[in-house]
Amino acid sequence: MITAVVVMLSIGGLCGIILSVASKVFYVYEDPRIAEVEYFMSGANCGGCGYAGCSAAAVAVVEGKAAPSICIVGGSESAINIAGVMGLDPGTAEPLLSLNHCLGGDRADDKFDYAGVNSCKAADLLFGGKRECRVGCIGYGDCIRSCKFDAIDMGPDGFPVVNEITCVGCGACEQACPKNIITVRTMSQRLLHFNEEDDALAPCQQTCPAEIDIPRYIDHIRKGEYEAAVHTIKERNPLLLTCGRVCPHPCEDYCRRGIEDEPVSINQLKRFVADHEMNSGRRYPVPCAADTGRKVAIIGGGPAGLSCAYFLRRLGHSPTIFEAMPRLGGITRYGIPEYRLPDDVLDWECQGILDLGIECHLNTQLGEDFTFDSLMKEGYEAIFAGIGAWKDYTLNIPGEEFDGVWQGINFLSQVAGSPEKRIPVGNKVAVVGGGNSAIDCVRTLKRLGCEEVYILYRRTRNEMPANEVEIVAAEHEGIKFQFLAAPVRVVDDGNGKVAGIEYLQMELGEPDASGRRRPVPIEGSETIIELDMLISAISQQPDLSCLEREPEKDKIAITRWSTFDNDEETVHCSLPWLFTAGDAATGPSLVVDAIGGGRRAARSIHQFLTGEEIQGSPKSLRKKHIDGTIFKTVPGIVPKRRTPMPELEVAERITSMVEVDQVIAETDARYESGRCLQCCRLCYNPDAG
Amino acid sequence: MGYIELIIGCIFVNNIVLAQFLGQCPFMGTSKKMETAVGMSMAVIFVLVMAGVITWLTYHFVLVPFSLVYLRTIAFILVIASLVQFVEMFLKKSIPGLYAGLGIFLPLITTNCAVMGACIFNVDKEYNFLQALVSSFGYAVGFGLALILFAGVRERILLARVPKPLQDTSIALVTAGVLSLTFFAFRGMV
Repeated sequence: MITAVVVMLSIGGLCGIILSVASKVFYVYEDPRIAEVEYFMSGANCGGCGYAGCSAAAVAVVEGKAAPSICIVGGSESAINIAGVMGLDPGTAEPLLSLNHCLGGDRADDKFDYAGVNSCKAADLLFGGKRECRVGCIGYGDCIRSCKFDAIDMGPDGFPVVNEITCVGCGACEQACPKNIITVRTMSQRLLHFNEEDDALAPCQQTCPAEIDIPRYIDHIRKGEYEAAVHTIKERNPLLLTCGRVCPHPCEDYCRRGIEDEPVSINQLKRFVADHEMNSGRRYPVPCAADTGRKVAIIGGGPAGLSCAYFLRRLGHSPTIFEAMPRLGGITRYGIPEYRLPDDVLDWECQGILDLGIECHLNTQLGEDFTFDSLMKEGYEAIFAGIGAWKDYTLNIPGEEFDGVWQGINFLSQVAGSPEKRIPVGNKVAVVGGGNSAIDCVRTLKRLGCEEVYILYRRTRNEMPANEVEIVAAEHEGIKFQFLAAPVRVVDDGNGKVAGIEYLQMELGEPDASGRRRPVPIEGSETIIELDMLISAISQQPDLSCLEREPEKDKIAITRWSTFDNDEETVHCSLPWLFTAGDAATGPSLVVDAIGGGRRAARSIHQFLTGEEIQGSPKSLRKKHIDGTIFKTVPGIVPKRRTPMPELEVAERITSMVEVDQVIAETDARYESGRCLQCCRLCYNPDAG
Repeated sequence: MGYIELIIGCIFVNNIVLAQFLGQCPFMGTSKKMETAVGMSMAVIFVLVMAGVITWLTYHFVLVPFSLVYLRTIAFILVIASLVQFVEMFLKKSIPGLYAGLGIFLPLITTNCAVMGACIFNVDKEYNFLQALVSSFGYAVGFGLALILFAGVRERILLARVPKPLQDTSIALVTAGVLSLTFFAFRGMV
C-alpha cells in the first residue's frame, strides 16, 4: 500500500517537475492580451462564436480576426471590457434574442395520432409532424432541452416560450428546431430580412408590399402594448402615420376573416397606434446599430428616400437626404392633399426620422446643385435615387397649350406648397383621369370653392384604378363622374383661354393586355362640356432630365417608361453604386410599395458597403403568395362587425382642408384587434375557442 | 513472430478501430472532412508511438519491479497525459510548423481509448521493447488508415441522396459497420 502511494506520487511528481521545467525551457512569448481577453469571456466554451472554445476566440480577437463583441454569452458587458483591453471601439454588440413565432393552439387538423414520439426532430421526420400545419411549432420542446441557459420554458399552452432576460442568443435552440420556428436574430438581421417561402407568414403579411408583421402588431394592440406595436411596424415601415392614412391596404383583401366575414380593419389599427404615439407627445425611442460612419447619399426625400435613409441609419450608416422641394415628404406632401394627410402629421413623422441622426439638405436639386458624380467625389460611397415620378403624361390632344389647362401633380403641388393651401381656381373644372391623383384633384377643387367639378374617365367605374374609398368619398362630395369619355380636343374662348373640352363617348370592347376591357369610341358622339379650367391627371413618369449632366449618363439603364432599370429583388441599377426604388423605379405606385423598395435598397446598400455580394434570397416572395396559404373557406368564424371609419360630415368637410378620416377610439381599436385571427401565429380560432 | 506479420496484424487484422472498436469517438468526430482526418491520423501516429514507448518503459521499469501492475491504468493515464502536454510545449517552441498542423488534435487524443488500448495490448501480449514500438506504430497507422478511408466515404455520402431518417451520424454508423465487415476479411491472415 505504502509502496503504491510512494510510487504513484513519485511518478506524478516527476511528471510535474518535467512539465514545469519544460514550460520554462519551451516558453514561447504569447501576447499577454490573449489571457486578458479570455478573462472577460464567459468561459462557457459554448462555441456560439464559431471558434473552438474561448481561448481560440481570444486569439482571434487579439489577431484582429474577430470583433470584441464576439462573445455572445458575455454580451455587451464583455464586449466593452474586451474592447477596453484591445483599445478598440466595442462596435456593434447588438443583443441577439431568440423568438418563438408560433403561439400554439389546435386549429390545424392532425394528420395522424402517434404516441411514440417525444422529440420534434423525430416528429418532423415522420411526414413533418402530426399537424397539417407545415409552419407551426411541433411542441415537443427540442429547443428547451438544447438551451444551456434555461431561457426557454414550456408555456401553459404546451408551446415553448422564450424568456428574453435570460436568453443570450447562443443559437442552440435555432439549430435544435427542425422547423425554422425559433429564430435568433439581431435587430439588423431582422431589418434585413425579407419574406421568404418557408417563413410562417399570414396572408396579410405576404400581401403587404412593406412586409409588416401585421398579426404581431395587432396582437400587441390587443394586449394594450402600443409601444411594442409601433416598434413592430417600424421594423418594416417608418411612415406609419402616413400609411395609416393613405394606404389602400391591399393586406385587407387577403384577410382570412374577410373570407367569411368583413376583413379586419388593419390599416385603421396602424393609424390608431401611430396617432397614439404622436398624441402621447413622446417619441418612442428607435434603436440604431452602432455607427459605421459610411456615408450614403439619398436623393429625394419622398417615401422611398425616407424609408431607405431610415433603414440605413438603423443599420448604423450615415445617410444624407437631398431634397429638391422646400420640405420633406415628396409626393406624400405635394401630391396627397391636406385633407387626407395633414402637413403637421407629416412634419412630425419626418422629424422623427431625421432625429435618428440623418442629415438633410432641402432645396437642392439633382442636376443643378449637384450630380451623382459630385456626390461620389465628396465621399459618398453609394447613392440612392428616389426621385419619384413627377412628370405628368400629356393628353396628346390639340389645345393643351391653352391658358387654364393644368397638369395633375403640378396643380396638387401648387396647392400643397401654398401657405394657406389655397390657390385661385375656376368655377367649372374637369379633371381627366381615373387614378388617385385625379380623385385628389377633384376633391381638392371642391374644397377650393369650385361649383361644378367633373371627372372624365375613358372606362367605367369598375375599371378605375383609384381606391374604392376615395371614389365613394368623391361621390359623396358631389363630384360629377363622366365615364366612358375620351377627350378629343380642348376648346378655347378665342383668346387662348380654355372654354371647354370636347369628348367622344366610348363603349367597352375586348379586354386588352392589362385585362381591362378596351374602350372603343362611338361614332358621332362628340360632346362639349363648358369649362374655365381643365386638369389632366392621367399618369406620371419620372422626370429624368436631371441626369443630363452626368458623365456616366450613358451607363444608366432606363426603361421605355422612362424609369430606372433595376433588379427587382436587389433594386440595384446598372452602375455599381446606384440603387433606386419607389416611383422612379416602378412608375406611379403605392406609398407602401416605395417604403418596401426603400428597405430593399437599404439592404443592398448595406451589402455593398460591407463588401458582401449584393443579392437577395432565391426564396424571396416579393408579394407572391405561398402555395396553400390562401384559403377558400375558414370554418368556425362568428361574424363580428368591422369598426367603421369615423369621418367628417360632407357639409363640414368640403369647405375646408380639415382631415376627413378620423382615428378610431381606443375601445374600438381593442375590439377591432380582437377580430384578428392571428393567422400563422396562433393555431386556434379565437371565435370558436 | 516476425515484425512484418506483427505490423500487418496491427494495421489490418486487429485494426484498432474496425476490429477492436476502440477510438470510435474521434473516428466519428473527425471524419467529416478529409483534411481533418489526415491531420488527426498524423497526430495519432505521433502520440501513439511516443505513448507506446513511454508506457512500456513505465510498466517494465516501475510497475513490475514494485509489483504495482494493478495500478497500470491510472499510471498510464498520468504518463500519457504528461507526455502529450510535454510534446505540445516542445513542438510549440521547437517545431512551430508541425505544431500548427497537429496542435489542435493533440489535446483531443490525450487519453483517447485507442492510445490507451494499444498501450495495454503491448503489455498484455508481453511484447519486448522493439515489438511494442512496432505494434504501437502499426496500431496508429491502422487507425489512420481507417479514418482516412472513412473520411473519403463520408465525403462521397454528402453527395448521395440519403433518406431523411438516416442522414448524418446514422448513415455514418451504418457505413462504419460495413467498413468493419470488410476488414473482417483479414481475419486469420496472421
